[in-house]
Amino acid sequence: MSATRPIATTREATGMPTGRLAIWWVIASEIVIFGGILGSYIMHRLGHPEWQYQSEHTNTWIGAFNTFVLLTSSLCAVLAHEQAAKKNGPGAARYLMFTTLGGLVFLVVKSFEWTNEIKHGFTITSNTFWSFYYTAAGLHALHIIAGMIIMLIVAADARKNRELQRVENIGIYWHFVDLVWIFLFPLLYIAK
Amino acid sequence: MSSTAEHGHSHGGGDAHAHGHDDHGHHEQGWFLKYFWSTDHKIIGMQYLFTGMFMALIGGFAVYVFRMQLAFPGMPVPGWGRVTASDYNSLVTTHGSVMIFWVAMPVLIAALGNYLIPLMVGCDDMVFPRINRLSYQIFLISVIVLIVSFLVQGGAFGGAWTAYPPLSAKSAYNLTPLGSTLWVAAVALEFVAFLLGGINFVTTLMNSRAPGMKMFDVPMVVWMIIIASVLFMASVGPLVAGAVMLMFDQQIGTGFFDPAKGGDPILWQHLFWFFGHPEVYVVLLPAMGITAEVITVHGRKKLFAYKTVLYTAIATGIISFFVWAHHQFVAGIDPRMANIFTVTTLIISIPVAEMVFVYIATLYGASIRLTTPMLWALSFIGEFLMGGVTGIFLGASGADIYFHDTYFVLAHFHYTFFPIAFIGTFAALTHWFPKMYGRMMNEAWGKVHFWFTIVGFNFIFIPLFLLGARGDHRRIYDPTHFPELMRAGMQDMRVIATISLLVLLAAQVVFLVNFFYSIFWGPKASKNPWEANTLEWVAPSPPPHGNFPEGLPNVYRGPYEYAHPDRKEDYWPQNVPPPEGAAS
Repeated sequence: MSATRPIATTREATGMPTGRLAIWWVIASEIVIFGGILGSYIMHRLGHPEWQYQSEHTNTWIGAFNTFVLLTSSLCAVLAHEQAAKKNGPGAARYLMFTTLGGLVFLVVKSFEWTNEIKHGFTITSNTFWSFYYTAAGLHALHIIAGMIIMLIVAADARKNRELQRVENIGIYWHFVDLVWIFLFPLLYIAK
Repeated sequence: MSSTAEHGHSHGGGDAHAHGHDDHGHHEQGWFLKYFWSTDHKIIGMQYLFTGMFMALIGGFAVYVFRMQLAFPGMPVPGWGRVTASDYNSLVTTHGSVMIFWVAMPVLIAALGNYLIPLMVGCDDMVFPRINRLSYQIFLISVIVLIVSFLVQGGAFGGAWTAYPPLSAKSAYNLTPLGSTLWVAAVALEFVAFLLGGINFVTTLMNSRAPGMKMFDVPMVVWMIIIASVLFMASVGPLVAGAVMLMFDQQIGTGFFDPAKGGDPILWQHLFWFFGHPEVYVVLLPAMGITAEVITVHGRKKLFAYKTVLYTAIATGIISFFVWAHHQFVAGIDPRMANIFTVTTLIISIPVAEMVFVYIATLYGASIRLTTPMLWALSFIGEFLMGGVTGIFLGASGADIYFHDTYFVLAHFHYTFFPIAFIGTFAALTHWFPKMYGRMMNEAWGKVHFWFTIVGFNFIFIPLFLLGARGDHRRIYDPTHFPELMRAGMQDMRVIATISLLVLLAAQVVFLVNFFYSIFWGPKASKNPWEANTLEWVAPSPPPHGNFPEGLPNVYRGPYEYAHPDRKEDYWPQNVPPPEGAAS
């Protein structure tokens, strides 16, 4: 494996570092993935007013708590970026760990919530509302997990003051994942 | 992840780190590392190319078997045996999905994009070489999953490449319980591979152009591959979500596409064609770009209107998001919607026609060198025109109600896809072969291959147009069961089409032999055998790791300065500095 970085990676014809530019393209492609599933859900929801009898079983308070957790974790990602801009790698790593912890709390809350719903008979196959509920939130949770893994790797590098530009990049991604939840929360929980 | 760090590249927050060029290409690697685990964009391009060629053989074999069944129903097919109805469905599905997802996409976008973009924009590699390698590896896994799906119980998926539910969602209908899920998984993996590749392509063009290369100095084929990658990125998302939903419907028993459970089968058609129609332009645009390169180099003339081609390509891309429901005129959509999509569909032919006109204007007064790549490029324009014109009939919802799902549709999209995926690819391979392998292909055998392929192709699909106009339906396994499909002359046309297919397939042997023979024993090629302007011809043939051993080039002018009145030579490479005291 060639470990040297090609000159191509270091060029900046747009004035934006390559990594950040690529993150924006990743987000562009993710927007249409979530856009597809949410668009399908919204069209179905409009065509099926009776789904309100299903959606009233979702727990808005748990959803609101998780929204709060994710927003707080995003704040930590911003603080990590601030530390990285000051070239303080260990400080950035610490805040990234808080962000990861936020992701973990989110997942734990979510798993209790889902376990409870499944116990009450609301499984992925019981109705198409629940199919969308589990598929959309599950896809989102996968992104949380991926983000956490990458964040740990970035934090491990940042602690040694390496690759500090990645702190911002993972932060941008994390904000995006957060933003998806901002769409999911009203669509799946608040709309009764 | 941390391997760059281990080698002592400590980076501060985003500071640029350029190292000398000598770091490249001096460590000998083992065969496995060099050809299988490489991060070099050229090797990855080759991996895509050869995988695509291999898949083309599978797609070609499938079409051979089912065309034989249609021409000689019920007779055992040499190399296969008797074709059952479910064999037929699997073969048709395999042919369609392999040719689009595992031949056209990997060869036109991934192979040529990987090979050409860094060379043509004048840098040493893609911006993310390891993501590039990952992209190919995911693609390879998708190939393996697809091939495994041929072998599982029940056989390969038989729900057509469009995979409409309920046929694709219920194993009671498609009879391929495992094959259908593996097919969806393979398609989804393939999408992931191309998303990774596309991000790499776009970032490379945006950030890593050679110093001096401005927006309008980028060769057209690079632009086209980039626009195609962006189109792909923007259109495939809903289908990725749709693939997950379809897989859940198949395996878990959800009802996203099942009206009995509150779902909607038409939803899949929307998700599929929202991707599926831009996909046509995803593969068309690179072929258009190849044609632009070949006709300018071998016509020794500047591209007639560079900016027009670029803007029409972008317009095509944008409009392509508003035409998808023309596939669903008979699927029960609102007739008022059908009117809107008729109009948008007819509108999209305007930018495409404009592109073709620009190419014709480029050829007007050109000093054409009738080489093999030039023949392919010229035939691309002519044959694709046939595909485009017949599309007008199908875009009009009234006519489409009659033509829908007949052989007319089939012949129409083969007149677009065959020129794109094969004629375009042959133009590219014959044109860039000297660069790729440092040797020349045989011109005489190249022309033999060209003529047999072109004549064979037209004699397959002209009869199918006529059959379709007489109402022959696409998805009939054995036409002898339907007296109205056996009217005078109809079976003869099926036989003509099948025999022409055999000619076409046989001609490909000529190409393969010429290709592989020339890789090893062809006459040595110089750096710039076609006297072309673009940067890849500045590098040695074949380019070493790092591409430009004499230093990365600077760019001083556009890519199409042929037959400039002030110059003795009729070409003016992009990297040659202007003479002292010249105005431009």
